[in-house]
Amino acid sequence: MSEVSAVTVSCRVNGVPAELRGHPMDRLLDVLRVELLLTGTKEGCGEGECGACSVVIDGQLVNSCLVPLLHARGTSITTIEGVAKGDRLHAVQQAFITNGGAQCGICTPGMVLAAVTLLERTPEPSLDDIRTALAGNLCRCTGYTRIFEAVLQACRATPPET
Amino acid sequence: MPSIGRSIPRREGRSKVTGRAQYVDDLTLPGMLFGATVRSTDPRGLIRRIDFDSEVPWSEFVVVTAADVPGVNRVALIVDDQPCLAADRVNHPEEPVVLLAHPDRHLVEEARRRVHIVVDPEPAVFSMDESLAGHTIVWGRDNIFKNYVVTRGDVDAAIANADVLVEGEYETGAQEQLYIEPNGMVATGNPADGVTVWGSMQCPYYIHKALKAIFNLPADKIRVVQMETGGGFGGKEEYPSIIACHAALLAWKAGAPVKLVYDRAEDMVATTKRHPSRTRHRTAVTRDGRLVAMDIDFVIDGGAYCTLSPVVLSRGTIHSAGPYLCPNVRLRGRAVATNAPPHGAFRGFGAPQSLFALERHMDRVAAAVGLTPDALRRRNFIRAGDTSAVGQVMRDPIDMVALLERALSIADYHAKRARFDEINPSLRVRKGIGLAAFMHGAGFTGSGEDHLASVVAVEAGADGRVRVLSSNTEIGQGTNTIFAQIAADTLGVPAESIEIAQPDTSIVPDSGPTVASRTCMVVGKLVETAARGLIAELKKVGFGDGADTLAFERACAAYAARFGPLRAIARYQAPPGLRWDDETYQGDAYGTYAWAVYVAEVSVDMTTWETRVDDFVAVQEVGKVINPTLATGQIEGGVAQAIGWALYERIVWREGRMANGEMTNYIMPTSMDLPPIRVFFEEQPYAYGPGGAKGIGELPMDGPAPAILNAVAHATGADPRAVPLMPETLMTLMETARV
Repeated sequence: MSEVSAVTVSCRVNGVPAELRGHPMDRLLDVLRVELLLTGTKEGCGEGECGACSVVIDGQLVNSCLVPLLHARGTSITTIEGVAKGDRLHAVQQAFITNGGAQCGICTPGMVLAAVTLLERTPEPSLDDIRTALAGNLCRCTGYTRIFEAVLQACRATPPET
Repeated sequence: MPSIGRSIPRREGRSKVTGRAQYVDDLTLPGMLFGATVRSTDPRGLIRRIDFDSEVPWSEFVVVTAADVPGVNRVALIVDDQPCLAADRVNHPEEPVVLLAHPDRHLVEEARRRVHIVVDPEPAVFSMDESLAGHTIVWGRDNIFKNYVVTRGDVDAAIANADVLVEGEYETGAQEQLYIEPNGMVATGNPADGVTVWGSMQCPYYIHKALKAIFNLPADKIRVVQMETGGGFGGKEEYPSIIACHAALLAWKAGAPVKLVYDRAEDMVATTKRHPSRTRHRTAVTRDGRLVAMDIDFVIDGGAYCTLSPVVLSRGTIHSAGPYLCPNVRLRGRAVATNAPPHGAFRGFGAPQSLFALERHMDRVAAAVGLTPDALRRRNFIRAGDTSAVGQVMRDPIDMVALLERALSIADYHAKRARFDEINPSLRVRKGIGLAAFMHGAGFTGSGEDHLASVVAVEAGADGRVRVLSSNTEIGQGTNTIFAQIAADTLGVPAESIEIAQPDTSIVPDSGPTVASRTCMVVGKLVETAARGLIAELKKVGFGDGADTLAFERACAAYAARFGPLRAIARYQAPPGLRWDDETYQGDAYGTYAWAVYVAEVSVDMTTWETRVDDFVAVQEVGKVINPTLATGQIEGGVAQAIGWALYERIVWREGRMANGEMTNYIMPTSMDLPPIRVFFEEQPYAYGPGGAKGIGELPMDGPAPAILNAVAHATGADPRAVPLMPETLMTLMETARV
């Protein structure tokens, strides 16, 4: 791996311009966690199955363990740290707390991002829409029911931010 | 307003939804190295040598073997048979032999692949039958870790004279806990300061005990700190002791902090799983369906070392006769050795295995005497005042009939059963409905809680801030929140004002492990008792019953000024009248039980043989519900995990090694796979639980698998007797039946 020299990739992370440095094939997951200390993005499986490492790149929910650093060039990335506005939680985050949508919390960052992404596209999702949108994010604690209720409450509580 | 009974939000909810919660992999210490574990590829044999490929600059690496263990090279648990690092022989695939550390985590992984454990193979055993046959002995004198026989009445005579005898054999597979956060530890250590580990865990004092033995250090030189823990389900009960020892051994030799975090593949193949089981039932009933004798033979596969198998076996054996009254009972339980990685704690701890067998069998008994599944059970439920299979007189109120009626009514069981019978013959996707009735004993079995002698402390500052100190961990189930609720109501202050100390063995007393549905009922009661002790102390400064928050704060200030720090401790004392005989295995097996009836409705595709759960009703009596949202979440999550065990989660074994150790080929339920899980509580307060609460965490793992397979039997007419029930298994069953 030492033959290829390190690259610097310019992008925006949570609205702030960032210069990410690393090997072109470094996992975005590691660069976010190690270089930017954004440890809210979690590693659950490292093979794109569990969704714990979900981030939003240019509006798309992706598994950051499968994204090479080079692919982040010129993109706009949102991690869990960028969801609340200062101390003001996003309606989805508040609804997760109220409805018991987070138990152990390790899937929660990815799950919240999946729900936020869904509500941005589909402000009034059906239960089936929610099931489908969260299908790439595995939760071992909740059986998903409280998470569905949290998402439904979030879209009832506040119209999604535009 | 009392806090108990209300769904106050999870204490650490905000840090979890914002990503600020700190898990072990989020921790970085200055100069930290990354560790890796080199494991055996052979299932059994003598270690001839360890080859280190010459192209690796080994001088850059920290290399640890068994020779580097300063103390005793054993993982201290029940029987100290398991080495921390294999020295001269290996007994299972993935057994740890060499540890490596390096500042570059990519290089340590490269190096790991360049160490080869060369083993002279010996014959190995991979199934319970081979182990029981005893031709190859791989553990002790007879491959048996533990053997229990509990008898009541005269089973042989009752069976010889039976109207109807129903026999059956049932099997359950291993299951991976699959917490979404893999196991991991960060450690520091040197002779001057001792050893400190931070990590993902359920039981800080288990790790403390293991480290003391490995390093031969006094207790005050070992410190164990729990980080936020991303799920446990039993999978972080005993194995974290090994990881903590490994990380600490590396740190000790390196003179630098070491992080040892498993990736998913390593976690799946190397760490513990639910014990596979086989149960044989012989049941004598009268023609009108009254149980006369139950002869139950329960065997679990413990893997290569003893670990927790004796206690998993005991819980499984005691639960194997279920919530029924029967005059003649023989329970035989055996835990056997095979050359697989040790199986371990997993939610339910043996009870889901034996209750699966029983509740599937009860449907077959019902059919044999021409009764419906509910009618047979109704006729045989145990009631208050009755004596259980292990000789426990059931003193608390029990109303299984009420739970059954409520579950059947909510699920619309009778109407659906009749309708499915009518429409199924014409359907390609057939419908079925099935039930299971069961119980789960809360807390350690028998005299276990007496031996633990758990301690909780509650302290208050001069400002009236209250802090609860216990070693029981928040692993997602709600420990922080319910402890705050219990302390708040005892002290008459808001739950928000209670702080729960982070489990850190340098600060918190040993309140026992976070297992066995004991945290709420047993340790929560200690929180309540310690908080009462605080009030008793405050009476010295005139604090009276029924005072408000302001009066409490004033009393704390006055106390601190006159007497100094205010602190009360509570130590476990058994509820009065509990008796248990460790020799005969008879008596009060548990202080109390939670009781439940679950109903599953399924669809079975008669072309693809896929089963889908369409609706699930869970009715249970768990004492007072401390926090309805958290309690409901426990039941829903447990049911989901049990649906996975019943239908999706199959471990493929190749010579003692899990062959499908990835999330791509070991399939747990997604948001698309689960039915509505409808949860209902009956609340029968338990006199010795905090606010009347019982244990709840494991109960929902026990009932879903038999309810689902009973529903599949109803839908198809097949007689499935093993979980997981994969489509190919059902296809084989159906095609064999047709021939």
